[in-house]
Amino acid sequence: MLKIEGVHTFYGQIEALKGVDLHIGKGEIVTLIGANGAGKSTLLMTVFGNPKCRKGRIVYEGQDITGVPAHEIVRLGIAQSPEGRRIFPRMTVYENLQMGALPTDGSTFEADIREVFDLFPRLEERRNQRGGTLSGGEQQMLAIGRAMMSKPRLLLLDEPSLGLAPLVVRQIFEIIKKINEKGVTVFLVEQNAFHALKLAHRGYVMVNGSITLTGTGRELLANPEIRAAYLEGGH
Amino acid sequence: MSEIRIKTDAPEASFRDVAKDALLTAVVALVLAVPFIGLKSDSVGIALALQTRWAEMFAIVGAVVAGRVLISLFRLRRVQPRTPQPQKRAGAKELAAAWGGKHIVLIGVAGFAFAAALPFMPFSSRYTIDIGTTFLIYVMLGWGLNIVVGLAGLLDLGYVAFYAVGAYSYALLSTELGWSFWVCLPLAGLFAAMFGVILGFPVLRLRGDYLAIVTLGFGEIIRVVLTNWVEFSKGPNGISGIPRPSFFGFSFAREAESTTFHELFGIAYSSQHRIVFLYFLILALAGLTNWFTLRMRKLPTGRAWEALREDEIACRSLGINPTNVKLSAFALGAMFAGFAGSFFSTRQGFVSPESFTFMESAIILAIVVLGGMGSQMGVVLAAFALVILPEWFRDFQQYRMLLFGVAMVLIMVLKPTGVMGSREPTIRLHKKDQGSAAEAQPETAR
Ligand SMILES: Nc1ncnc2c1ncn2[C@@H]1O[C@H](COP(=O)(O)OP(=O)(O)OP(=O)(O)O)[C@@H](O)[C@H]1O
Ligand SMILES: [Mg+2]
Repeated sequence: MLKIEGVHTFYGQIEALKGVDLHIGKGEIVTLIGANGAGKSTLLMTVFGNPKCRKGRIVYEGQDITGVPAHEIVRLGIAQSPEGRRIFPRMTVYENLQMGALPTDGSTFEADIREVFDLFPRLEERRNQRGGTLSGGEQQMLAIGRAMMSKPRLLLLDEPSLGLAPLVVRQIFEIIKKINEKGVTVFLVEQNAFHALKLAHRGYVMVNGSITLTGTGRELLANPEIRAAYLEGGH
Repeated sequence: MSEIRIKTDAPEASFRDVAKDALLTAVVALVLAVPFIGLKSDSVGIALALQTRWAEMFAIVGAVVAGRVLISLFRLRRVQPRTPQPQKRAGAKELAAAWGGKHIVLIGVAGFAFAAALPFMPFSSRYTIDIGTTFLIYVMLGWGLNIVVGLAGLLDLGYVAFYAVGAYSYALLSTELGWSFWVCLPLAGLFAAMFGVILGFPVLRLRGDYLAIVTLGFGEIIRVVLTNWVEFSKGPNGISGIPRPSFFGFSFAREAESTTFHELFGIAYSSQHRIVFLYFLILALAGLTNWFTLRMRKLPTGRAWEALREDEIACRSLGINPTNVKLSAFALGAMFAGFAGSFFSTRQGFVSPESFTFMESAIILAIVVLGGMGSQMGVVLAAFALVILPEWFRDFQQYRMLLFGVAMVLIMVLKPTGVMGSREPTIRLHKKDQGSAAEAQPETAR
């Protein structure tokens, strides 16, 4: 569904991605794990055309989308919940969700929001509350819900577990699974390697801007290197 | 005075509270009233004599106590029927906000009605209407800038440039080509909007301080060009003899070749007619600005402005094109400044670059910021504070800027988000009834 071929991305002179190859099949949950600063977020942003990749190709459903601006990518059926949630703090939950629906023609708005509220009943309870006053977990739900409002076929999530309590992390991952079962392909960038690898069909490990390892979630979980580097300290 | 505590579950106790409160009121009132009312010093010759006015004093104390008791009882009645804690979480602030939220339309309509009735009030003189007109110009400019700064979050320090473009558009088109106000008005808006886009392009990638500096420069460039390009704008001398407005073609003169306004309506000539007409014109223009902004906030473009203010990266990830959003905000904000500018021209009959200094930009920006970025009602309140109050306190003119500064500091300390800081949601959903889990009905469709 999404194919990333030899992508190099630079911030000025700094090469943040050094030739990344990665593919995501239809209906999969694929996770990308790696240490801080490895370039995971950069890869997600590169798919979204900002920053642009200097070398390499990004192909989505057979169409080359390298260099397509972000606002057009959403219309192709890719949605993103960026790192740090980035919900609109002064807007209510409902308005945040409306913002997510802007790329659509609005004709199925009621049904779409119903679907999001079914996934996240908490959001429905709090629909008149301002985004900034939600708890961290609720904000994350809102960020995912907002991304879902554009009815994506491919959902890119950047660290949805960031700063959340273990119980809430588990809830969020449950919901990601549900979303996937609805037929949405998920690309999940995570620090929380244990949960991510358990949930994902396949995983990639990124170190310093390159992919060093790949395999099914189970394989990676069992890999001693991974255990030492990312799962140390238990879970 | 201490707030009475009303125990809703025990009515007798609350009446006792009222009595206690009344007693306290009486004591305080008496203590205050003795020196203020009861004793009066009078000069007899060169000596001071003390007179007493006990009767008046007791009457006033009585009135105070009676008033206090009435208020207490009124509150009691309002609170009693409720359950002990009607709102568990909502504090007084939230309640006030909710009340304001529900009634904001009402307040707005009342305010508008008052403004419309003002010229016919017995107390209103030519002076009142003049101040009112000035006030409304600033309200309109505040609303226009509110689109750029308040909604889209683009700090613009050169807004007056668009005001100038509008003013000069009308001034030049009417004096050089003899075009009428009603033709020039939309053109002035159009020109100003064009300048908005011209400014918008280079600053697309800038935010915050950098944007502020560039816009500040832009405002100055326009003024400097108007001052120095003498062949075009007559330079510092300005343009005079700008046609005054007509009532859709019927002039307000005492006598004219064509039918005049007073002849049209068969009333006696009065110089007041034109003043009142100008007042209504700016009221309509300001009303248009407000109406437009309120509508925009519900449409995708207006939503995108607000989203852009909150988080540009999030906007991109949601498929909003920041370029279009910013340019539309600059263009539309500028357009209203253009309208206001051409109104200014026709009202003054004279324009010169001096009217468009940075000070004007600063005042308009202060109106938006003090009002609470993005709040339409806040703009009105702030414009009142910054335009009308200084007018009333003309005697303290030397201290005007000082007071202005003090007020700014105070507001920023006490209410950093502005007088009406909290953003009104464009839509509120009703709480769902218990049973029907089926749908959430928004008040307004998307
Ligand atoms: N806007 C930027 N300008 C310059 N350098 C950047 C920028 N954004 C990221 N970088 C650099 O690129 C590298 C990769 O960053 P990135 O945010 O992609 O890491 P990450 O894997 O998402 O890390 P984390 O898990 O901490 O979010 C880092 O060295 C970072 O400093
Ligand atoms: Mg990251």
